[in-house]
Order: sequence, then C-alpha cells, then structure tokens
Amino acid sequence: MSESHPLIHVKGLTKVYKMGDVDVSALRGVDLTVRRGEFIAVVGPSGSGKSTLFYILGGLAAATAGNVIVDGRDLTKMTDAERTRIRRELVGFVFQRYNLLPTLSALDNIGMAQYIAGRSASSDGWFEEILDLLGVGHRLHHKPRSLSGGEQQRVAIARAIVNHPALLLADEPTGNLDTENSDNVLKLLADLNERKGQTILMITHNPEAAAYAHRIVHMRDGRIVHP
Amino acid sequence: MAGGTGASSLINKLVIENLKHRWVRTVLSAAAVGVQVTMILTLVGLSYGTLEDLGRRSRGAGADILIRPPGSSIIGLTTAPIPEKLLDFIAKLPYVTVTTGTAVYPIGGTNTVTGIDLASFTRMSGGFKYLAGGPFQEPDDVIVDEYWARQNRLRIGSTTTFMNRQWRVCGIVAQGKLARLFVPLKLLQELSANTGKLTVIYVKVDDPADTQAAMTAIRKALPDYQIYSIEEFASQFTVNNVPGLRAFIYVVIGVSIVVGFLVVFLSMYTAVLERTREIGILKSLGATSALILGILVRETVVLALFGSAAGILLTYGTRWAIMNYVPGSLTQIIVPDWWPVATLVAMAGSLLGALYPGWKAARQDAIEALSYE
Repeated sequence: MSESHPLIHVKGLTKVYKMGDVDVSALRGVDLTVRRGEFIAVVGPSGSGKSTLFYILGGLAAATAGNVIVDGRDLTKMTDAERTRIRRELVGFVFQRYNLLPTLSALDNIGMAQYIAGRSASSDGWFEEILDLLGVGHRLHHKPRSLSGGEQQRVAIARAIVNHPALLLADEPTGNLDTENSDNVLKLLADLNERKGQTILMITHNPEAAAYAHRIVHMRDGRIVHP
Repeated sequence: MAGGTGASSLINKLVIENLKHRWVRTVLSAAAVGVQVTMILTLVGLSYGTLEDLGRRSRGAGADILIRPPGSSIIGLTTAPIPEKLLDFIAKLPYVTVTTGTAVYPIGGTNTVTGIDLASFTRMSGGFKYLAGGPFQEPDDVIVDEYWARQNRLRIGSTTTFMNRQWRVCGIVAQGKLARLFVPLKLLQELSANTGKLTVIYVKVDDPADTQAAMTAIRKALPDYQIYSIEEFASQFTVNNVPGLRAFIYVVIGVSIVVGFLVVFLSMYTAVLERTREIGILKSLGATSALILGILVRETVVLALFGSAAGILLTYGTRWAIMNYVPGSLTQIIVPDWWPVATLVAMAGSLLGALYPGWKAARQDAIEALSYE
C-alpha cells in the first residue's frame, strides 16, 4: 500500500443495532480519513458512537452500510472469519480495563498475541525494543494481579503492538488510571507514534488525553461534528 | 523471546493455568470423572474376580469330575436333588477312586453354605489347611475360610448366624477349597429338609489322563445327569456365561457416560460463563473459533485423564473396602485390561459434555464478551 493512501478511509458509515423490536442507530453516516503515522483522538459524550466506530474499525463488529477501508482492505464486505484475520494481522487493541488474561504472566500475555498471529517469539529485536520503550521488562514474569494499573496498561500496549499492527486502537486507555499513570501512558503512546510511526486512533472523553493527539475528531449522536 | 514460553506450549500453559485457577472445580470435576471410571472398573473387577474365584475354588476341591442334577444350569444354585446313594454307585465305576458329595444352601445374597462330609472331602482335596482352630467338634460348628473370616470379623469361638441358627467358628482355613463356609453335610441336609440328598457330586479318578474315559462311563450309567470335567466346569465361569451380566456391564458403562457428560457439561458451562471476558480478549487478539474450542477440548482431555487416573487408583480402594468391610463372598480383582476402556468411556462422556459449552464459547460475540462484568 502506497504511503500516499490513507490508512483509514471511512465513507457514509452507518450502524444500526436491533434492541428487541427497536432499531437503534449508533452511527449515522460517518466520514473519516486517517493518514499513516497519524495520532488521532476521537472524543464525544457517552452514546455518541465513538465506541461503535472503534469496534467497526477493529473488525469486532460489522457495519450496517457504508465503506470502511483499512490498509486497503474493505471491512464492510468481510465475513466474521475474515474480520478475525484482520484483528490478527492489522489491528492492535488497548482497552480501558487492560484486558490481560489473568492466569498468564505479562510475558505470556504478549506471547499469546504473537502465537495467535502465527509469529515467532523472537524474530527481529522488536520485542526488546518494546520492552525498552514501555519499561516493563522487569515485570514480565508477574501475573496481572501483581501489577499496578499503569504496569498492566503498559503490558497491554506491548501486547497490542508486538505484531507490528498497521493501526493501534485505544479505547479510553487512561480511564482506569490516576493522573501520573495516565500521563505516563499517554506519553508512551505519543512516543510510540513519534519514534516508530505507529498510527493510533484513541477514543476518549478526556480533553487532556485528547490533547496528546495530532488531531481531534468530535462525535455526537452518531456523527462527526465540527465544534 | 527471552525467557518466554514456546508458542507450542503456550496454549497448554493457558489450559493448565485455567485449571489451577479454579482448582476446587477442577478437583471436583476430575473426582466425578474418577468415580465414573471406578464404577466401571469395580463392577468389571467384581464380575471377573468373583467368577475367577468360583472357578479357582472348584479346582481346589481336588476332583477331576463334577456331577450336577439333571436339567441344572452350569452356573446357578439348585436344591439338593441327587440321591446320596449314588456316591457308592459311582465309586464302583471304572477309574473312580474317591467320591464325595456336597449340599449347597443359600444364606442370603450370593452367599451359600456348603455341607461336606469331612472325611471323604479330605481324601479328595488333601484336606483343609487350618490357619486357626480345627475340624468340626460340635453339632453347631462351622469352618470358614480366611476371606470370610476377615470380612465378617470372625475368630475361633466367634458365633455367626445363618439358617436361623447360631454357629460357632471351629476352624479358619486357607481359601481356595471349594467354598467359604462349611458345615457338616448331614446337619445341613437335615436343616434344609433334604436328608439323603446332594447338590453336587465330586469324583476323583485314578489318573487325570483317565478323566474322559471315566466321564464316558458315568454318562453311560447316569445318562440324565450333567457331567463335566472340573477344567471344563471351571472354564465356564466367564462373564458371557452369566445371564445378563454383560448387558448389566454395558448399562453401567452407559450410565457412566451420562454421568461424565453431565459433570463435564456443568463444569465447562460454568467455566465458559466465568471466562466470558477472557474469551472476548482472545477474540480481540484474532483467535479463531477453532482455537477457543480447542482450548476447552484440551481442558476436558486433561480433566478426563486426571479423573481416569484417580478412578483407577480408587479401584484399589474399593477392592480393599470390599475385602474388609463388605460381608459376602464377592471378590474384586484389578483389571488393567479395562483401564483403557474405562478411560475412553470417561473421555467420550467428557468430550460430549464439553461440546455445547465449547460451541457456546466459540460463538461468543467479542464485544459482548469484552464488556462482560
């Protein structure tokens, strides 16, 4: 894929959820373009549709209508199995609640992402680079319950980027952290974007967190709005 | 990855860690699978053990030929319809050196008491090996074998009750000679209103090589009677020759499969519910349905294997318990040939039980799973 093409191109995206007999529109015609290497924050109040956009871009949910092209691949035409492959090959997730596997160590949580993606554990020195960058090398053999929130989130970021995803999706990554840890995680994301050129799309309702991004996209009532 | 777990063993590690994480449920599930395996192995061990023991004890009588009443089945109790005077008649036939008759009377369950004429029985069998006490002294004396004595906590001078009568243990003998419980023949005939009647006649010939010739002579003289060589008779004590026993074993195996299915179903179903969020995490990482199903199948296989091993060990416990605490003449043996069968049965029931929870996990919606509290 040429560098001149955007990594994400969303056009006329709609998503309708069936709630019993009632149709609920979560997205009502979203248009969005994200360039490679961009760090973008999507902000908006609860119910604005930002999480739905996150799930569709990450291949966790199917769109109802419109076009969603990520790294040249049209997600709207994909089956469940094809979207599963997209999650393995194209996207890395960071969640508000860290979502580490509680029975595995930090190292094995990261290893699990590599295993699922079918990558070898030590291929290119990238793993060591990640550990340096995130500063979690000394906590690798601990299970999540022994790690602080900040450490867990750094492990989650390591897991998300270990397979060189084209897109890192972060959903309220500082939502469960105190101010100091929030700042650390946001600086890490910014650093990752700056030094490694990692494209990041971050969902947040925190303006201070959003300020770390190159660009802020506002959402309300399932649409992108311009404040 | 420095110090990391190899990719091939990472899933196994996840499986083991998951099982360790909820260790009480894991232990209970494996124990339930173990009970299922023990159920099969104990029943089979009892069937084979009791039948083998019957065959062994028949051989231990020292006879070469056995005569049962006309129309009787080879295995099973009959009353005592053979006239005692046949003993002398048979003793005069060619090749025959010793004859002795017994009366057998049921005393509850599968247990019987055997009436013997101690003198002729000793001539035939070589006599009891007394571990304690000695031959009959009084009219209410009973001789028991060591197995019966241990099961019923009997010593010399102990009393035991059967046939509405109290008996005194006068001798405890090594097991393997025909029966477990002996009383004088005349007394048993009298008590059971079968005076002058026998249940079985045992015949010893001058040379075992003459057994067939002797049987031919006896058949000619007693054409209506069931006449077997002792080897032929003992070899008939198999599961196939006991009406309904094989079918009963199959029923127990069927019940075991159902038990295993239910236990593992419940265990895996709750495991899937508990791990909804973890399943969502794996899905967000791009795990396929097959991988998630595979994790649950591996957990099930581990449970079934541990359960089977526990079940096999438990059969040693049931054998000890039956030997020491279950009054009766049941004998359980350990049946290693059936270990793979019982393990496969446990595995089949467990995998059936994991099927629906596994399918449910594989079909889990990733977003719902990730937001599961």
